[in-house]
Amino acid sequence: MSDRIFGLFGVLLAIGFALSALTIEESFLSDAVGPKAFPIIIAVILGISSAVIALRPDPEPAWPPLARLVEIGAAVVVMILYAEFLPEAGFVIATAFAAGYLAWRLGSRPLEAVATGIGTSVGIYVIFHLVLGLSLARGPWGF
Amino acid sequence: METLASLGDGFAIALTWQNLGLALLGCFLGTIMGALPGLGPSNGVAILIPLAFTLGLGATPSLILLTSVYYGAMYGGRISSILLNIPGDEPAMMTCLDGYPMARKGLAGEALSLSGIASFVGAFFATWGLILLAPQLVKIALLFGPAEYFALFALAFMTLGGVSSTNQAKSAFAAALGLGLATIGVDTQTGVPRFTFGEVHLYDGLDFLVAIVGLFALSEVFIFLETRHGGAEADGKKMEIGRLYPPMSMVKQCTPTMLRTSVLGFLAGVLPGAGASLGSFISYSMEKRLVDKEGTFGKGDPRGVAAPEAGNNAAAGGALVPMLALGVPGSGTTAVLLAVLLALNITPGPLLFTQNPDVVWGLIAALFIANFMLLAMNIPMVGIFTRVLMIPSRVLMPIVAMVSFVGIYGISGSSFDLLVMIGFGVMGWLLRKFDVPLVPIILGTLLGNSMENNLRRAITIDNGNWLTLFDSPLALTLWAIAIIGFILPLVVGRKVKASMHEKRDQPGSTAD
Repeated sequence: MSDRIFGLFGVLLAIGFALSALTIEESFLSDAVGPKAFPIIIAVILGISSAVIALRPDPEPAWPPLARLVEIGAAVVVMILYAEFLPEAGFVIATAFAAGYLAWRLGSRPLEAVATGIGTSVGIYVIFHLVLGLSLARGPWGF
Repeated sequence: METLASLGDGFAIALTWQNLGLALLGCFLGTIMGALPGLGPSNGVAILIPLAFTLGLGATPSLILLTSVYYGAMYGGRISSILLNIPGDEPAMMTCLDGYPMARKGLAGEALSLSGIASFVGAFFATWGLILLAPQLVKIALLFGPAEYFALFALAFMTLGGVSSTNQAKSAFAAALGLGLATIGVDTQTGVPRFTFGEVHLYDGLDFLVAIVGLFALSEVFIFLETRHGGAEADGKKMEIGRLYPPMSMVKQCTPTMLRTSVLGFLAGVLPGAGASLGSFISYSMEKRLVDKEGTFGKGDPRGVAAPEAGNNAAAGGALVPMLALGVPGSGTTAVLLAVLLALNITPGPLLFTQNPDVVWGLIAALFIANFMLLAMNIPMVGIFTRVLMIPSRVLMPIVAMVSFVGIYGISGSSFDLLVMIGFGVMGWLLRKFDVPLVPIILGTLLGNSMENNLRRAITIDNGNWLTLFDSPLALTLWAIAIIGFILPLVVGRKVKASMHEKRDQPGSTAD
């Protein structure tokens, strides 16, 4: 069943891709092929392969229980927040929080997770910024 | 003679303190990444690419660092195969079959050192093979016009699923997805924006480094979160190494095996769509047929350890041949290495050997140096790497995630790229659940633009005649190989995959 949904989604993606390729504006200075042809070929391959996936599905993949899916969703949210707050909070603070969260969710005890978070963040800061001179996001406190 | 002179120049380039240091660092990190289950050669190289850039390394030093990681990971994979019966990466799967039984017999040290020697032999001969074969392939490639190049790219995509692929539709889906992603951005020939939906960040196209790190490294973090597999692989198991050098008689017994499988593995590596996993698989199967008269394979026969290790390291070297000579990688990790070259504004292919001989020969010399370093690291110092297996992944995975973020942020300094990377991470996780291979996606984003340009150039030269693609004997040959390579797995794929995975099943989407 999963493969059928996946294939159907692929077919829709291919149709969307092809439609959006047809709306590409042609430039007055174009070569013999133009900017539309290649994307349309790709869309056809995408559509055919998706249709085959939908018609001849593989055995069902092992989906995790809902709780695990929520876990992954939460991790994605934390990463997005990390990306957004990195320039504001500065590298060390933001990274300590994100790494600590991941360590906690992977099964560390709270104290251990805090240690992993701070250790990762300070470790990366020292190695990459102080030793190797890579510029990291500077927060209001300069680190 | 000319080759030896070029190689001499290569050594002159590689033997600087900086390059030697980078090779040493790469070998060390590579062995660790190979040894840790969950981090294979492709993820390992992917995580380190942004670093090589942000450090402002030049082309040759970056390549030396990253190919040392590649070779190192090939060495490292065997450590956890032998000690824990868990392959550190996909190519090391076959080493479990005899390595773990040897370790259980109390011969862990012998198995580790013997497989170290076998890895060395395989990699050493493969590097010579690279030196001899690549310039010949370059001569053929110089005959290629745009139509032949287009056929060659098609060949690469159609065979990339590999002989062990069970679902060619999913390989084709992955390739089309990658090529589609590559078309995002301003069209290079006419200057019109495509699929940008008015988002200015997309005008330059998607950065393939962002895609690679997201698909390979972040998706791994999600897999670990899903299974909540936070412990150390080596928890509570006793690891007795014992003596660190194999007896001479054992080495002597394995020498013919190592030589035969080096050749076989190298050939498997050069062929499109095979890669190191297949190299170790056919090496093991061939040796089992040839020398296993008493039925000792699978019960701790030293030859069963030497064969797959020599095979996979030789295949790793062999896979560099098409990548350097044609610009078309034959395996996952070489696809990632191609990304490095492209990001450094170096186009691999026949012209690389004439325009940037310093890069090619410096790299080859560095491969020799790295190989000796790895031999030295992997026999007396193997104890250090076995300790790495004690690091629990609940500590390791956050570090992997954060280093990925740092690398990408270091390149562009934009939060937008980080968000795109997270998107690719989720996509990678989903696609891995569906058993869709990730390597064709990467290759598609890398080669998409040059594939399209060759297509358009070929047809424009012939005044809009599409049949020009099938015009020359060379192009027809390439198309024929491509079609056979695509159809063959439909016939034999299930069988090959079943016997490869007989021992244990591993998610193979980032396989090499």
